[in-house]
Amino acid sequence: MVDVIVEYLIDRRGGLSPYLQIIEQTKRALRLGVLQPGDQLPTAREVVEATAINPNTVLKAYRELEREGLIESRRGVGTFVRRSLAKPQTVDDSALHADLTAWIARARDIGLEREDIAALVDTALDRAYPTSTEATEESG
Amino acid sequence: MNHPAQQQDRPTGAAPALEAVGLGLQYRRRWALRDCDLRLPSGRVCALVGPNGAGKSTLMALAAGLLAPTEGSVTVFGNGPREAGSLRRMAYLRQDKPLYPRFTVAETLRAGRELNPGWDQAIAERIVRLGDLPLDAKVGTLTAGQRTRVAFALVLGKRPDLLMLDEPLADVDPVARQELTGILMAEAAEHGTTILISSHVLAELDGVCDHVTVLRNGRIRLSSDVEDLLDDHRLVVGAAAVDSDGAPPELAHHEIVELRRTGRQTTALLKPSGAIDPRWDTSRPNLEDILIAYLRTPDPQDRPAAGAGAQTAGRATELTTGREEVTAR
Repeated sequence: MVDVIVEYLIDRRGGLSPYLQIIEQTKRALRLGVLQPGDQLPTAREVVEATAINPNTVLKAYRELEREGLIESRRGVGTFVRRSLAKPQTVDDSALHADLTAWIARARDIGLEREDIAALVDTALDRAYPTSTEATEESG
Repeated sequence: MNHPAQQQDRPTGAAPALEAVGLGLQYRRRWALRDCDLRLPSGRVCALVGPNGAGKSTLMALAAGLLAPTEGSVTVFGNGPREAGSLRRMAYLRQDKPLYPRFTVAETLRAGRELNPGWDQAIAERIVRLGDLPLDAKVGTLTAGQRTRVAFALVLGKRPDLLMLDEPLADVDPVARQELTGILMAEAAEHGTTILISSHVLAELDGVCDHVTVLRNGRIRLSSDVEDLLDDHRLVVGAAAVDSDGAPPELAHHEIVELRRTGRQTTALLKPSGAIDPRWDTSRPNLEDILIAYLRTPDPQDRPAAGAGAQTAGRATELTTGREEVTAR
């Protein structure tokens, strides 16, 4: 058995459906470079045994990721990453990450709470990407 | 990936795992279950929800062939539940988890192996081992939670195609509950097992089941795919402009499942048809919100008279049901 590279953590109280959580967490791993092309995703059995969620949810999330061309399932072998979402700038130790960390430290030092900072970031993101706000509607 | 569970998305001519048509059972003068129409396709994980005495155990016992229906019929993969082939393909764990108290854990598993042709010793042993149960302990000396584990080992060791569990996790601790639910889901993922599971604890079903059936007073109040339920319902909160028990006019064209008032605030669970008035704060309810609303309100078709029914459904109810208080009585 190949080492499991990603582990899904399902928050049942968060309001976001387990289906969307698996898609989001997979994409985050692809963006951060935690998952790279050729890597094997855990099987549905492994995911549901660890998270106690419905297997059809995992299969549906994998099908959606496959439809988006990010992963592919090979019959009887497993599910593999096809394409990374990592951009050089989004990797953990990049310059942008350092800038952001420094900026957050500054905001905290002048007394802003976590929620205040998140609101500032959200406002700036909404202004920069005006159409991308619908995605959060799902979370109810 | 090669999982039998994927088959559920394909339209096949295969018989459903469980099908009830006009199913009813009468105990003396009381109907424990009546007019029950249910179709559970293969590969589903279905929650059976309802207050005590709603007919959950009766439905399972009828499907398991332990009771004979007064009217209607029930089939398992297309055959009567008492046919030999059906008995081999299903496992039913009763709420009281009957085991032989004088058998040791090892003897219980051995009985399971000898009585069931398709026995899976590996999964049965694994379930017992994860609970650190001594194999030589007599079942009668185990705690309720440990006996639940032995019963799980038996029903999963049988490797059924249809697994019916009546309040299976009522007396296990939260860690074991998560672990046993995980094993249950893993078996479903690997073998495409159809699971019918009844529970009072609505929160523990969220994310686990993909289909839900609500029983109320021996009748099916609701039976639907979970995704459809979540997509079709909205929770709205607003200041209602009516002083009668009727629905606020701006909500009147939606199907109102439940309407509750506290002071000026009105909370309603709707099946919206068209846009919802923007003055109402609208959100997506979770599965628990939806099930509680259906459990609290009678089926409109069951109402004796329109006036009396509207009073029951529309009467101001205090908002006391917290997240933790999820048992439905």
